[in-house]
This record gives sequence, C-alpha cells and structure tokens, in this order.
Amino acid sequence: MAYTEEELKKELETKEYEYGFYTDIESDTLPVGLNEDIVIAISKKKEEPEWMTLWRLEAFKYWKEMEEPEWANVNYKKPDFQAISYYSAPNSKPKYESLDEVDPELLETFKKLGISVDEQKKLAGVAVDIVMDSVSVATTFKKTLAEKGIIFCSISEAIKEHPELVKKYIGSVVPKRDNFYAALNSAVFSDGSFCYIPKGVKCPMELSTYFRINQAGTGQFERTLVIADEGSYVSYLEGCTAPSRDENQLHAAVVELIALDDAEIKYSTVQNWFPGDKEGKGGVFNFVTKRGICEKNAKISWTQVETGSAVTWKYPSCILKGDNSIGEFYSIAVTNNYQQADTGTKMVHLGKNTRSTIISKGISAGKSQNSYRGLVQVNSRAENARNFSQCDSLLMGNECGAHTFPYIEAKNKTAQIEHEATTSKIGEDQIFYCNQRGIDTEKAIALIVNGFSKEVLNKLPMEFAVEAQKLLEISLEGSVG
Amino acid sequence: MDLKDKLISSFMAFESNVDIENSVHDVRTEAMKNFELKGFPTKKEEAWKYTSLKGLQKIDFSIFPKEENALEYKDVKKYFLHEIDSYKIVFIDGIYSSYLSETTHDGVDICLMSSALTKPMYKPVIDVYFNKVASKDESLTSLNTAFSREGAYIYIPKNKMPKKPVEIIHFATGNEASLLLQPRNLIVVEENAELQVIERHQSLTSNEVLTNSVTEIFAADSAIVDYYKIQNDSESASFIDNTYIDQKNKSVVKVHTFSFGGKLTRNNLNFYQNGEYIDSTMKGVTIIGNKQHVDHHTLVHHIEPNCESHQDYKGIYGENSTGVFNGKIIVDKIAQKTNAFQQNNNVLVSDKATINSKPQLEIFADDVKCSHGCTIGQLDEDALFYMQSRGIPKKEARALLMYAFANNVLASVRIPELKTRINKIIAKKLGVNLGFDL
Repeated sequence: MAYTEEELKKELETKEYEYGFYTDIESDTLPVGLNEDIVIAISKKKEEPEWMTLWRLEAFKYWKEMEEPEWANVNYKKPDFQAISYYSAPNSKPKYESLDEVDPELLETFKKLGISVDEQKKLAGVAVDIVMDSVSVATTFKKTLAEKGIIFCSISEAIKEHPELVKKYIGSVVPKRDNFYAALNSAVFSDGSFCYIPKGVKCPMELSTYFRINQAGTGQFERTLVIADEGSYVSYLEGCTAPSRDENQLHAAVVELIALDDAEIKYSTVQNWFPGDKEGKGGVFNFVTKRGICEKNAKISWTQVETGSAVTWKYPSCILKGDNSIGEFYSIAVTNNYQQADTGTKMVHLGKNTRSTIISKGISAGKSQNSYRGLVQVNSRAENARNFSQCDSLLMGNECGAHTFPYIEAKNKTAQIEHEATTSKIGEDQIFYCNQRGIDTEKAIALIVNGFSKEVLNKLPMEFAVEAQKLLEISLEGSVG
Repeated sequence: MDLKDKLISSFMAFESNVDIENSVHDVRTEAMKNFELKGFPTKKEEAWKYTSLKGLQKIDFSIFPKEENALEYKDVKKYFLHEIDSYKIVFIDGIYSSYLSETTHDGVDICLMSSALTKPMYKPVIDVYFNKVASKDESLTSLNTAFSREGAYIYIPKNKMPKKPVEIIHFATGNEASLLLQPRNLIVVEENAELQVIERHQSLTSNEVLTNSVTEIFAADSAIVDYYKIQNDSESASFIDNTYIDQKNKSVVKVHTFSFGGKLTRNNLNFYQNGEYIDSTMKGVTIIGNKQHVDHHTLVHHIEPNCESHQDYKGIYGENSTGVFNGKIIVDKIAQKTNAFQQNNNVLVSDKATINSKPQLEIFADDVKCSHGCTIGQLDEDALFYMQSRGIPKKEARALLMYAFANNVLASVRIPELKTRINKIIAKKLGVNLGFDL
C-alpha cells in the first residue's frame, strides 16, 4: 500500500471529526449562570445529604476567590462561566433494571459510537457505567461485581448509599482549593463514577465508563473516585467522544485515585473530544485534574491517548506517599490543525524506595502546539527514589510546534533521576536503513510512526487498545500500516 | 529605604557625574524607567522560581564606591593567570586600576568602557553595538544599563587576533561595608578575528559584595570567541551575570563557566544566532557546598537554519547547597536543520543539598535534531569499592570520580595553563591532592 509522509500529513489535516453527531433527547437543564443557588439546586436535584451540599458550597466559596490559571502554554478565549448551564440530565428516568427500559435513541447513540451496551455485556465482559450528559443511565454487571463486594456505581448513588466512603476520600487527593478548575468541579460536579475494591479483591473485569457531552451549552463536570483497598487490583478505563458543536464546550473533570497498601490501580484514558474544525473553530476545552495517591507498596499507572479537544490541560499525577510505591505515566498526545495540548504528569516522591516512570510521546501536525510539562520531585526523606523520564516529540510539517517543560527537583542525595527528551521528524537515516534492507519508504514511515507510539499503546488493556486505535483514527497503527 | 528606592534616587546623583548630553544617556534613562517599572525579580516569576533575591535587597549597599584603593601586585598575584602573559583590565571596587592593568591599542582595542562611552573616536562602534543585544526588558539588565559607565571594552578588527588572552578582573577590597558593583562590558570581534577572554571577580574580605554584571559580545562572520568565567569568590559575595551574545554566519563562540565560590551566583547566558552555520557552545562545572546557591539560566535562540548548539553542565552539590539549571532552546520556524544538544548531569553528595533542573525545548521547525538529557545521581559505589580495594583511600577515590565526572567540560579549555589552574581549584575544593600531575 502506497503511503507517504505527505499523505499522512494530508490525512491528518483533512480528517473531519467522525463522531460528530447530536442526539435529540429532551434534557432537564438548569438555567445558565453560576451562583450559590445553582450549587444548592444541583445538590437538591441529586437528592444529596446536607454535608455534601455544604461541601459544594465551601468549594464554591474558594472558587470565587481564585483566578483562572495562565501559566499553561495554550491560548484560548476564556470561557464565560456565567454563560454555562451547570446541570443537564437526560430526561428518561435513571435506575433501569434492564436495557429494554433505556431510551432507544440513547441506545442508538451508543451504537454509532460502536459501543453497543448489550454486546459488550455479553462479549467483552466489560461492565459499563455510561455517563450520558451527567447522569448514569445504564449500569451493567453490577450484580457480578457485587458478589465480590466491589462497588461500582455513579458518584451520586455512592453519596446516597456509601456516604462513609465518599465522605472519607472525596477531596482527599485533590482538595477543593487545589486549583481553579478543581474548585469549580467540586462546587458543581454533576455526576461521575465511584468505585471501591475491597481488601484483597482482584477485580475480575475491566471497569469502564464512556463520557459523552451531549446537551448544547452544558459543561461537563465529572467527578471520579476510585478506591482500591489493601491488596486489591483494578483496571479502570475511561473513553470519551463528543458531538460536533460550534461553540466551545468546557470540560473540567476531577479524578481521584486512592491506592491503599499493596493495592494497584491501572487507569487508562482515550480522549477524543471534538477538537474543532480545520479552521480551529469550536472544540472542547479539556481542563482536567487527575491525581492518585499511593500508600505502602501500592502502584498507580496512568495511560492516556489524547487525540481530541481544542485545548487540553491535563496532568495525571502520582503522590508516592508510601514506601516502595510505584507511579507510572504513559501518554500519547496527538495534535492537529489548531489543537493545543499542554499535558504531562507530576511524580511526587515522599516515601522510601519509590519509583516512577514517565513515557510521553507527542505528535504534532498542522498548526497545532503540543507541550509536555512535567514535575519530578524527590523530597528529602525519599531515600533511594528512582525516576526515569522520556519525552519524545515527532513533528509533521513546519507549522506546528513541540515544547517540553520538565521540572526536576531533588532534595535527597540517594535519588537517581534520568530525564531525556528528543524532538525530530522522521529520520532520513532511519528510512535509509529500512530501504537498505528492502523495506520501501512508505512501509518504513509506517513502521517508524508505529514504533514511535507502540511503547504507550502496548500499555493499554487489550479491549481498549482496539478501541483506542478506532477512536484515534489518525490511527498511528491502522491508517499507516 | 529599600534597595530599589535607593537605586532610583542614586540615579540622579549618577547623572550629575556623567555627560547627559551624550546619546548613551538616553539609553540609560530608558533603562532606568524599565527598572523603576519592574523592580527586582521575585520568586513569582517563572525565571526566578528557584532563586530569591530577597535577602540581598535587605542589605544597604554602597552604590558609588570611594576613591581608588591601591593593591600590591604581590598580594593579588595568585588571582591572575600569572603563568602566562596576558592583557589585563583590572578594577578595584569598580574603579579602573592603571597600575595593575595592561591595555593596548596596537591594532586591537583592549581598554575601558568609560573611554569608549565618552570619546568621539569610539562613537561609531558604540552607536552600532552598545545595548543592542542586551535585553531591554529584563529588569536587572536594565539596572546595569542605567548605571553603565565602567567595564571592559574590547574591539578586534577584521582578521586580527590579539597576541595574548585578555584577563578581566574585578577586586573588592572591603573598604565599604557592603558594595554594589555594576560592570558593563562590550566585546566586538569582527570578521575572521579571534579572541580569548578570562573573567574573574574576587572579593578580598568577608564584607558583602553584590555584582550585577552585563556583557555584550558580538561575533561577526567566521569570528572565534572563547570566554572563560571563573567564579571562585568568597562566600560573602553574590554575583548576577548577564551575558548576551550575538553571532553571525559561521562564527564560533564558546563560553565556559566554572562556579566554585560565592554566596549566590546567577548566570544568565543568552545566545542569539543571527546567521547560518553558527556554532554555540556553553559548558559549565559547578562544585559547591555550605549554603551556596548557583543558578545557571541558559537560552539559545536558533533564528536561522543550519546552526548548532551544544550545552554541557555538570554539577556537584554538597552540604546545604542549592543548584539550579534552566536551559532553554528555542528553534524558530525557519531554522531548519538545527542541531541542538543539551546535557545536565548532577551529583548530590549531601542529604541537605537540592538540585532543581528544568531543561526546556521550544521547537517550531520540523527538520531538526534536538535533544536534552538530565540526570541526578550518585557516585558509583562499585567504582569506589574497586579503587579502595586497590589501596586508594575513600576520600581520594571519591575525588577522582568527581574529577572524572567534570573532566568532559575541562577537555575543551584551550588555554593549558588555565586548565591546570582550574584543576588545582577543583582539587582544593574537593580537599585532596589528586596525586597525579594535572
């Protein structure tokens, strides 16, 4: 198959957003604007207990005092926070026992996305907690999970049914006043997922949530809380697609992971929000705070494939609090046309013998800007901390940019930190080497792009790796190979 | 009165001592306005995140030192590279010492900034080069520009090369309880010319000294400049160095920075590549202890295609010291075929030492090779054991390893006597006799 770098570039440029469609479901939407009444109204709508309402109000108080951050290497028109509706839920009542009760139009939406719920239920063995415009409408495999004592439900349900867990952990990793968007999320989060794995339980299947933004002019403020109790294991998947829309949409999620002693959490994301059209019009603003805390011998692994959004601002981080804990971050960020991504991670080493690995691959095409921003911090009591970071950037065309901003701070003499970064286009000598061995240029390019991102793609769970490739469509794998 | 206010009011006193009709003075007034506006940088600014100037601003610095203080050559001989012959431009408490200096006008100009700024014969050069590459935005550079009066002036015409290297030495005698020095250097190396410079700042007492120095270097087509900075000052002296280098086609500029002394040292080293086939090299060795703080801020701006830059900074940090490295490489859209390399290796030898490293790449061109590497680690235990098992005491073995670690940077020093001198300083700093002839 003839495929040159030129063609790949062209394809990247001309590619339209394939999942841009709009589902017409009546929504129950709050008036635009944000004030204390709206916060209380959201809380009421969710039938939340009083402590939660107070928690939200406190966050709102902090948010009012904060200013939007400007340090990121991105340019965009700031959203008008008073012009957003902070709550919208699909009209069909939640709480289904079976799929038959679900609005057929909604099911159709999922079909278009290629994630038919019933099919997945039977074949993939993936329990799906689908968040469609902020309310969970289908929760499957709940019973199977319940047998193991695993709680996997929407966060609003968890607030009602497991208040002691939520109360203890919510805001413990990402405090309410952590940053501007985290505070906003804490005040107005509409829904999200909650997951609790009891002591010593290995979750038998991959847990997965698909997020969708659907209602015009509604921000999506998801809140995810994953707690892995001592010695447990869970692999959590999160994937997003959003319909084509002209005005900018705001997405400010907060994800908190808690890995207690000896626990392991693997968190994978495929992000494919609407990136805006070829002229850079529209597209989703993705300002996400993701952070995990590791207790003794625990491990948190973040894997992300970022292909969408007009502006991405996202730093999944690990606080390595316990001794011998491990943090990992694997990322591919693809930007095209006028997309801007400022993404990376923070690894904060507090405990002894903590280890972290960062592998970040950035691919920029068109007129996009792709930045890696990361922090590796070794505190004075973190004996024998070890870090390895690698950030590679691949540039396609001469109108895009790749940037790296790594911060490395070591306060302990036993720390061993390595950081390396490279920026290049596809090397002529690499192609020459392949040519020499009888591989034509087209195949060689495919091979190199493949190899460039493989390291990260390999880290995705099997089911998701397939999905990732499908959603990517820029398909470093499929379209090139 | 805080230091900023003091400086602002001193500017008026300064104006009564210089020719305010001269066009240079417009540059000064402009710069003063910028400093008034911006003031001293704070830790809130990204470029000063890890280095605080708060402590220094509390000191009541004398801004205009008293008359010349004589020094005997034999007392300060050890600070000169006396093994070889050199041109010397020596300042004592900021004032030129003709007795210790050796300047020339024989084919090349190696003399004083004060004459260059005032005498009409230098006006053509000053008009073209003075304050042309130095930042007009950065507040400390502006502060220096506002008070620019004295420093070294070097002009090497086409195809010339001075017979010997130039040493620029600043002594602080401690005549003032605390002294602020602001030397301003201008170095112009014309087409195909060559120059070697060694710069050193030395405080002779334990009185506080703050030096805020600005050096502008212009390297024309095919010019070669070697610049060595020896920073081995007493631990009561602080040093802020701002060096701006403008390079034209095929020029080669190398800056070596050896930071061993000083209380707080900040090196702002900026390269602007205004031409093709340029080679820029910056290398540094930092070995510090106690409460010393050394901050290297480098910038290489690749503006035109086909250029190279090489950076190699090694640091060894002991006791309560803090090291900062912030290296920024910018590659413009048209600067295709750029090769930019950056390396920063650090060894922490104490639990209380800190290193903050931030290697940064900003790339807008696609056909480039850019890489940076940064490591923080320890001395190899196995290598130490190997040497000990062969009868080399632990202290010496450690010193040998540290010496080897820094040696890459020393290898490119082109004045052998200077290399020997730096080796001796390193040996002294590590507290050992390395036992082989350096």
